[in-house]
Amino acid sequence: MIEINNIKKAFSGKEVLKGISGKFYQGKSNLIIGSSGTGKSVLLKNIVGLIQPDEGEILYDGRDFSKPAAIQEIRREIGMLFQGSALFDSMTVLENVMFPLKMFTKMSPQERAERAQYCLERVSLDKAGSLMPSEISGGMQKRVGIARAIVMNPKYLFCDEPNSGLDPQTAITIDELIQDITQEFNMTTVVVTHDMNSVMGIGDHIMYLCQGHKLWEGNKDNILDTDCKELQEFLFSSELIRKLKS
Amino acid sequence: MISLGKYLIFLGGLFKKRERFQVYLEQFFEECIQIGVNSLFIVGIVAMFIGAVTCVQTAYNMVSPVIPNYIISTIVRDMTVLELAPTITCIVLSGKVGSHIAGQLGTMRVTEQIDALEVMGINASSYLVLPKLMAAVVMIPMLVVLAAFLSISGGYLAGTITGVINSHDFLYGIQYDFIPFNVPFALIKSVVFAFLISTISSFKGYYTRGGALEVGQASTQAVTNSCISVLLADYLLAQLLLN
Repeated sequence: MIEINNIKKAFSGKEVLKGISGKFYQGKSNLIIGSSGTGKSVLLKNIVGLIQPDEGEILYDGRDFSKPAAIQEIRREIGMLFQGSALFDSMTVLENVMFPLKMFTKMSPQERAERAQYCLERVSLDKAGSLMPSEISGGMQKRVGIARAIVMNPKYLFCDEPNSGLDPQTAITIDELIQDITQEFNMTTVVVTHDMNSVMGIGDHIMYLCQGHKLWEGNKDNILDTDCKELQEFLFSSELIRKLKS
Repeated sequence: MISLGKYLIFLGGLFKKRERFQVYLEQFFEECIQIGVNSLFIVGIVAMFIGAVTCVQTAYNMVSPVIPNYIISTIVRDMTVLELAPTITCIVLSGKVGSHIAGQLGTMRVTEQIDALEVMGINASSYLVLPKLMAAVVMIPMLVVLAAFLSISGGYLAGTITGVINSHDFLYGIQYDFIPFNVPFALIKSVVFAFLISTISSFKGYYTRGGALEVGQASTQAVTNSCISVLLADYLLAQLLLN
């Protein structure tokens, strides 16, 4: 479980996160939702350590992420899928997936290749290993990103807008993959999204952010019954949710 | 001043929390090809023509019958070794290598590849920049030595083909009153310039923010700042080591 307490962050005097607290549970897909510019990605970057919060603490199973001794240990337990996949464009798909193994394990090249190939099979890309990232589609790049994120058997998986730029069918495939992997490996998965399909599909635990505040917390089963006006406005801007509600 | 402070912190960060030696070794050889081997053509062309032009123009200015002809090649040699080979080569490399490094790192930054390295717990600046720095410090002095050789050869060819100096005089002139310290001086300059080009370009690329437009701006700034710092260092080294 990941616990965040009173996270605050400002850029050039403008407060983006205004004291956010909450928990992200193990074995569940934890979603951070909200409109564009509400601080979702900034919160995620604070949680993974790409940005230092101005105030507050982040605990990974009780371990304080601000303590230098814990940072390296926790980082090795993190896998992350970036919005643009962030594959290394000088490496093939297989080399991308093998990269963390090469950097952090003493596996032989043969063992690394076998493990990477298993992860590619897990995301249904077993024949794409020799291709360069520029030779595959956006959806495939996301799946390679997931394969690279899980290759080290992480305890925590973070996904920043995994469905952005994808067609609805591919987006659902990615969502299902994230959900399956989360349950299979019993990971704590945190997904930043504003895609309503994702919210209703994999939202085991949902945190709604608005203007840097956390306004609501719940799950996909009770989100439509919310009393939070801002969340209602956010939800009912989606045609899908309007149809579901009616 | 803020940029200078940030640059110094960036340099310090290169040597903290380094990865295994083996990791750098592979990267180092790749960068040697990129920085050294791939620059051979442009460095060779520039050096040959600069040597040729220096020889012809020096001959054009030597109109006094009191001055012996071999002085032309002595001037070509000294100008080449002291200034043209190290400085002009490094100015050319500021453009070629500097823009390549800044563009590569800038693109990696805006496409979150550097963030991906950091999330994995890798010191991204060290992993990406240290091999480039090492390769530049090894390969650029070699390119400067080659440029000096080709520049003097260019001078020889131009001088003898156009008839401004004969072969015997040219060969005598390049050995006449030779100061051996000029060679290590040129090598010291090339090592300092290599350090400046690789680190300034990396710094500009590494801290790129935004998109394609900013990557282009970072490349331009990398070239401009590298050229200025090479010229400034050239002057300071001449003052320090030749006086």
